[in-house]
Amino acid sequence: MSQYTPDSEAAVEEIVRAARARSEPLEIAGGGGKRALGRPVQAAATLSLGKLAGITLYEPSELVIAAKAGTPLAEIEARLKQQGQRLPFDPPRLHRLYGGDRDTASIGAVVASNLSGPRRVHAGAARDSLIGVRFVNGAGETVKSGGRVMKNVTGLDLVKLMSGAFGTLGVLTEVTFKALPAPETEATLVFEGLDDHQAVACLSAGLGSPWEVTGAAHLPAVAGAPARTLLRLEGFETQMAYRGKALGDALAGFGGCDILRGADSAARWAAIGELEPLAAHDDEAVWKVSTTPNKAPEVAAAIRAATGARLYYDWGGGLIWVAVPAEGDAGAAAIRAALSDAGGHATCMRAPDEIRAAIAVFEPQPEPVMALTRKLKETFDPDRVLNPGRMYAGV
Amino acid sequence: MSSLALPAVDAGILAKRARIVERLGEVVGARWVISDEDELRAYETDALTAYRQIPLAVALPSTTDEVSRVLAVLNEEGVKVIGRGAGTSLAGGALPLADSVVVGVSRMSRVLDIDTANRAIRVEAGVTNLAVSGAVDHLGFFYAPDPSSQLACTIAGNVAMNSGGAHCLKYGVTTNNVLGLTVVLMDGTVIELGGTHMDSPGYDLLGLMTGSEGQLGIVTEAVLRILPKAEGARPVLVGFSSNTDAGTCVSDIIGQGMLPVVIEFMDRPAIRICEDFAHAGYPLDVEAMLIIEVEGSEEEIVEQLAKIVAVARDNGAVHVREAKTPAESAAIWKGRKSAFGAMGRISDYMCMDGTIPTGRLPEVLVKISEICEGYGLGVANIFHAGDGNLHPLVLYDVNDPEQLEKAEACGADILELCVEVGGCLTGEHGVGIEKRELMTSQFNATDLDQQMRIKTMLDPQWLLNPAKVFPLAGRPEPVRLKTSEAA
Ligand SMILES: Cc1cc2nc3c(=O)[nH]c(=O)nc-3n(C[C@H](O)[C@H](O)[C@@H](O)COP(=O)(O)OP(=O)(O)OC[C@H]3O[C@@H](n4cnc5c(N)ncnc54)[C@H](O)[C@@H]3O)c2cc1C
Ligand SMILES: Cc1cc2nc3c(=O)[nH]c(=O)nc-3n(C[C@H](O)[C@H](O)[C@H](O)COP(=O)(O)OP(=O)(O)OC[C@H]3O[C@@H](n4cnc5c(N)ncnc54)[C@H](O)[C@@H]3O)c2cc1C
Repeated sequence: MSQYTPDSEAAVEEIVRAARARSEPLEIAGGGGKRALGRPVQAAATLSLGKLAGITLYEPSELVIAAKAGTPLAEIEARLKQQGQRLPFDPPRLHRLYGGDRDTASIGAVVASNLSGPRRVHAGAARDSLIGVRFVNGAGETVKSGGRVMKNVTGLDLVKLMSGAFGTLGVLTEVTFKALPAPETEATLVFEGLDDHQAVACLSAGLGSPWEVTGAAHLPAVAGAPARTLLRLEGFETQMAYRGKALGDALAGFGGCDILRGADSAARWAAIGELEPLAAHDDEAVWKVSTTPNKAPEVAAAIRAATGARLYYDWGGGLIWVAVPAEGDAGAAAIRAALSDAGGHATCMRAPDEIRAAIAVFEPQPEPVMALTRKLKETFDPDRVLNPGRMYAGV
Repeated sequence: MSSLALPAVDAGILAKRARIVERLGEVVGARWVISDEDELRAYETDALTAYRQIPLAVALPSTTDEVSRVLAVLNEEGVKVIGRGAGTSLAGGALPLADSVVVGVSRMSRVLDIDTANRAIRVEAGVTNLAVSGAVDHLGFFYAPDPSSQLACTIAGNVAMNSGGAHCLKYGVTTNNVLGLTVVLMDGTVIELGGTHMDSPGYDLLGLMTGSEGQLGIVTEAVLRILPKAEGARPVLVGFSSNTDAGTCVSDIIGQGMLPVVIEFMDRPAIRICEDFAHAGYPLDVEAMLIIEVEGSEEEIVEQLAKIVAVARDNGAVHVREAKTPAESAAIWKGRKSAFGAMGRISDYMCMDGTIPTGRLPEVLVKISEICEGYGLGVANIFHAGDGNLHPLVLYDVNDPEQLEKAEACGADILELCVEVGGCLTGEHGVGIEKRELMTSQFNATDLDQQMRIKTMLDPQWLLNPAKVFPLAGRPEPVRLKTSEAA
């Protein structure tokens, strides 16, 4: 298996053009570690972006940062931190899920997978902060979309299309993000002992309040630990005192709460973003289930009843992380059946190769949407050179 | 009409007008098809009034299904389609063509579902922007994107143009606030994207549709994110003796970790015009003025405003007026909100809409004055400074063809300047017909081809709003489907 490691956009173009000419599909890798994810890609060669790295622009007073796609996320976060800023959407690494070094995850892969952490409920997904991209399409042409300013409605928005396309529409070479000032401090209200319905009601009430809840998760009871429902606030210290009290009073109907402050609060949310509450064992498959928040308890109950899954809620209930035994279809049919009334979708985040090859890893789409999906692939990558089949067969 | 060319009119389409009108009537009911010339006049232009053209007909469907059948008919007949909300586009996006049918969604204006538990509202696309907030106001919620035209403009137009407003600095633009869409493709296929849940699966078609200016499909319904209202909000008005001081003040506020909900900028001519109209008590002895609004509890507001005023004073602010009462807040906003009307009273104007990196603000403002002086035209600047979205209003006389041409050329120079310094041609109004030919200054042929391949794939005959967005030169030949000419 050949391995290409271009260090310039021009070299990426050349590799893609040559691969197209030889009808040799390429598997695209950022930091590399998560190759065993998505649908298995049948590719004879890997195009690794590891050497296409470096921050290309950072203007703190304009809240904008750009980097080549192979730049480690860790480097970007460290640079932003020096100026008291951060990426708005809390990108997780998921290194505990996939193994490997947490510091190798690349910014290109964050975009390609549209990775967003707990703050997504407040700050939007990765795609919402992404303001510009450069990528090489399947014809080996560099295309740019968006730019380095916050507001831009010039032409079709390919920036959004590139995020969450898992490298099937183009090889990202450079990405530009909007940054935000990091808050002075944070605090987390912790309610204990709520059942799933009460918990999601509590999260909804918090998210519907004026006090700017920036994290909303529920960890059901597990052996030895009671259920915990968590709501995060961020801002200046003085605001934390006021908002913490106001929010606690407004949610008094759900019982009293403890408050985690500063670093304790931050550590708790990092753990939630990195799936620690699931403590998934190696012999378990992991699913990411997205549904309407207040329908989540029913969906969760149906999944539990059918598979015996362990799970927890993030995004105010809108995201359920599920661990099931990696047997049979790894719960695919049961999980999707649970969603059929509530609406939403499920992605298999981890499972052995043979299971992923046999099930729909990404949610199957209605035919008119699938037809569009295939046509879009055609317009970007007519000969299916880039990550063929990673998301859907034939795409 | 001035320098902007329109595609040649298809005489074959004009010839079968009666049949098209009849077929549309069969779908939506004859009374909802407009074909009388006097009545068609209401649709001959949008808010870019320099351009006018009466369409072949107007159809006003009332459901997604009717839109689907209308498009299927027009697709079969090979007729061009111009989607229309309220016609407030400032880029000529809703300008008809002589051989086109305008498909308006004004009758589709129902709020379908309000879901505060999940912070979402489902509406038909013809509902106005303000009505969305209005529907949830009593529940303590609002819809964040707030274009100045919000009283009139529709969610359909907002989605098509990816509209923004003063609050975008904190809450984002339309694309950041849409959870789901129902879209009818040109062949009549109905697709449902997203829903009340976050992160729709597969390719981000929601993101692709939003801001696509009626090029890819007709939007009939939307699920929008609604947000809880802040406890309170209050502006401060700060005046400076130079644009540069005001510009660096904006950078410093953000650089120091504050994120107000609004930072609006007005230059001397804009201040004067608005003050004459609204008597808002604006300072007339300053070169530039910022309106900065913060949100939160009373204590938070006081604390944030104190920090902002300190930064402003460090940057040489010569005038500071903190609103202390709701009446004072309203007065500060009144001048800004009436800006477009006030301007219209004294002159015709073209409202440009470029964005720039905020660090280049002072230099760009100087250059804009020079460009306008070069054409002998006046200019006033009012804009969303926090995100670098400039709105130079280029003043001209609409009845003087020479001035119109100058205003167009002047506007083009300004937008090219925006691109040159790292910004873009449009921050919120869209490309429409107005900036179509300028697209080549921001995109090269490869960039544009990639976009046009998507257009062709979704609309092979190039029937959807075809004179807009993409430069006329370099377009692919439309794939001519067999029309039912012989039928
Ligand atoms: C199917 C799948 C779903 C995932 N979903 C999530 C999720 O929802 N939440 C989460 O936290 N993590 C998710 N991940 C994990 C995520 O990819 C890692 O956490 C990421 O940060 C790994 O970084 P990496 O550079 O090692 O990734 P890699 O393994 O190198 O790449 C991950 C994906 O991005 C593509 N990619 C990488 N670089 C580029 C580029 N420059 N241009 C185009 N495509 C590129 C790859 O082809 C691959 O599909 C997902 C991964 C996959 C494959
Ligand atoms: C005084 C004034 C102030 C303004 N202030 C702002 C502002 O602050 N921010 C801002 O962003 N804009 C502003 N605008 C511009 C304008 O209001 C917005 O672009 C608005 O979104 C247009 O909405 P509309 O319903 O009037 O759409 P229209 O003008 O009817 O149409 C706009 C575009 O959308 C397309 N379209 C319409 N309906 C559909 C549909 N159902 N499906 C697909 N495409 C469709 C049209 O073909 C056209 O290209 C302002 C305009 C005016 C006149």
